[in-house]
Amino acid sequence: MTERAPSIAVRLGLAVALVLAVGGLGAALAALAYGREAAREAYDRLLAGAAFDIARSVSVSAGAVAVDIPVSAFELLALAPEDRVVYRVIDREGATVTGYDLVPPPPRASQGAEVAFYGAEFGGEPVRLAAVRRRFAERAYSGEVAVVVGHTLRARSTLAWDIARKAMWLAAAGGLCLVVLTAAAVRSALGPLRRVEAALAGRRPEDLSPLDVETPREIRATVGAINGFMARLARRMDAMQAYIADAAHQLRTPVAALSAQAELAAEEADPERLRALAARIRGCAAGLGRLTDQLLNQALVMHRADAVPREELDLRMVAIRVAEASDHDLASTPEDLRLDLPEDRVSVEGDALSLIEATKNLVNNALRYGVPPVTITVRAPGAIDVTDRGAGLPEATWEQAGQRFARSEANAQGGAGIGLAIVRAVAEAHGGRMVFSRPARGGFRATLDLGAAALGDGAKGGPQ
Amino acid sequence: MRRLIALILALGLGAPAAAQEAVATFGSGPEVLRVEGSTDLAVFGPVLEAFASARPGISIVYEQRGTNDLFSRAADACANAAQGADVVISSAIDLQVKLVNDGCAQPHRTAAAELLPGWARWRDELFGLTFEPAVIVYNRALVPAADVPATRFDLIDLLRAKPARYAGKVATYDIEQSGLGYLFAFADSQEATTFGRLMEAFERADAVATCCSAELIDAVAEGRFLIAYNLLGSYALARAAEDARIGVVAPSDYTLALSRAAMVPRHATNPRAAKALIDYLLSPEGRFGLAQASLIVSFGETDDPATATLSGTPSTLRPIALSPALLVGLDRQKRALFTAQWRSIMGSRDALP
Repeated sequence: MTERAPSIAVRLGLAVALVLAVGGLGAALAALAYGREAAREAYDRLLAGAAFDIARSVSVSAGAVAVDIPVSAFELLALAPEDRVVYRVIDREGATVTGYDLVPPPPRASQGAEVAFYGAEFGGEPVRLAAVRRRFAERAYSGEVAVVVGHTLRARSTLAWDIARKAMWLAAAGGLCLVVLTAAAVRSALGPLRRVEAALAGRRPEDLSPLDVETPREIRATVGAINGFMARLARRMDAMQAYIADAAHQLRTPVAALSAQAELAAEEADPERLRALAARIRGCAAGLGRLTDQLLNQALVMHRADAVPREELDLRMVAIRVAEASDHDLASTPEDLRLDLPEDRVSVEGDALSLIEATKNLVNNALRYGVPPVTITVRAPGAIDVTDRGAGLPEATWEQAGQRFARSEANAQGGAGIGLAIVRAVAEAHGGRMVFSRPARGGFRATLDLGAAALGDGAKGGPQ
Repeated sequence: MRRLIALILALGLGAPAAAQEAVATFGSGPEVLRVEGSTDLAVFGPVLEAFASARPGISIVYEQRGTNDLFSRAADACANAAQGADVVISSAIDLQVKLVNDGCAQPHRTAAAELLPGWARWRDELFGLTFEPAVIVYNRALVPAADVPATRFDLIDLLRAKPARYAGKVATYDIEQSGLGYLFAFADSQEATTFGRLMEAFERADAVATCCSAELIDAVAEGRFLIAYNLLGSYALARAAEDARIGVVAPSDYTLALSRAAMVPRHATNPRAAKALIDYLLSPEGRFGLAQASLIVSFGETDDPATATLSGTPSTLRPIALSPALLVGLDRQKRALFTAQWRSIMGSRDALP
């Protein structure tokens, strides 16, 4: 029917996986950057501490710089236990007082800073260096002494990785929680759908009552649509059943009469009476034909009431089409049928075919049972009157006319009941009603009043 | 099964500090492993012999050299990217630390080293093999039991109480001539304030600063000195086992201990065999061999009479850690300052009587 769409759980799973993958990558990079930064800061402080420690031990005696390197400075450096250590004390001429000659002096740009940090290469390994300057203003020595201390980067990268790893473990745990929570959330969110499914699956086939399932707002529309569909289905089934019962009932009597006449004819030898019987059989068959037509029309109208979308139409067109059809079908003379149309368009929302069929039924009834002339009047906001000069239906039957069980009258009138039933069905399908009245000037009037479907007094267009 | 192919014994010429040099080959395999060390050939030989006999493909050439000599050879090889020794084992652990710090060693990641305490290894490049305390050696015959110092305080008190008897009869290393003496003295100065008072006591007692473990122990055995301070326990215990005149005490206020350190130079010819030797020396079998050679000294009671043992508790042991802190003692200014201070106290009495 439709192509298989991936399940909601799979879609959500993929979305969460994507979010986690992107987020995880981001978290890993951030953790690594953070770890590096934290490690750099921590070990830079250590270097600075050692450099200050050594700088304090620098003294000037007899014009020469002397350094009594404190062991504590190196014990501080040894807190990065796996790292090689470099140091150098440089006098104002740039000569090494003590330490490694190969250690590069601090860059000139760092002159003002209290501690200068910089990187270099030493013995094939990168090192991080911290330089502290100490100024002397002695008689024998005036100028700066720079103390440079550094170490290799092993402890830094170990700490950075350690921090990053811990952060990533935390992120992974968070991700796992997210996955579990998402799974639970999806399960819980899809719960109502499963309830709807269970409610539908557990039904008997003939049960078309609305679903009574607790639904969240998001699927209320879906359940509403299902219920609307089921209501329509139920209405159609009811109508169908009623129609079948009606049709069976309506057809049984004329068919039985036809068959009785045919039986009499089979046994009749007298040609004169045989001819009379044949005429009666033909009359019965013609009546049966009309009845069948009406039944089929009724079925068509009932089907259209639910199935065909409404469109905007002009009731005057309906009246004209009925008049044309009547001219054709009933061979009525123009004197028998008059049209009384307003100048302005009378717009309604409806199904033209159903309305024409209903009006045609009223006109046919009037022509057949009433007294001509028959007048079709269209009135705003949305009504069609069919008036004749006859007595019409007795007032006692107005209420019941066109109802399913008003069969005795319908039969008595030879099928007018079905016609009225169609009119009534069409009126109700359009949210209107079928009304009977006796005009002041006499006669009988049947009205198809489409109050609710009316679109107002010609606001949508001028006269045609 | 000791296959001693060559043994050259030569006394260092010139400086009295020059250590004895000797060369020996163990095993006859085609694969040569060159080991340079400061440990006496006679002491270390059996351990190397055991290693060589288990590996027929290897022959070990062991060169015994002085610690400064070892250092300068390794530093030269490092600076010139020249192939030198495959393993350097030295008791001058400060110099070994400097070699590693200068990037002259290659790493050796081994499970065997995991068993070493943190102070006995550095950077997967330097491994402490032995455990040798700094001890006080005395002459059993001439020092009455009551006078035997158990601590440095006892020694200070003794020199104050009986100045006449011990004047000129107490000796220690001359730190200007002996790297080991300097290492111990420097560690002492870091360890406790006792050091200054001890130096003053030595000065009052006309203590003698002289060179070399063997000579000092000989002099104590012969009665020329009565007490020698800060001698390497491994030698002292080995001599004491053979010579009843020699007594050994590990000072119980604290006992410095040193772990002879081994490293594989960056440009070693045969690093694979070198690392195998280090693994062997760290293994239980190798450590047993080192204990037999008195290079791993135990404290308290042991079942094996052959291993070197000192009475006392390990709680007062102060092992000198293999760490960059040892570089401070090597700093030229620091060394000059410390030596000048030491000399100002000890004066110029540096000749053997």
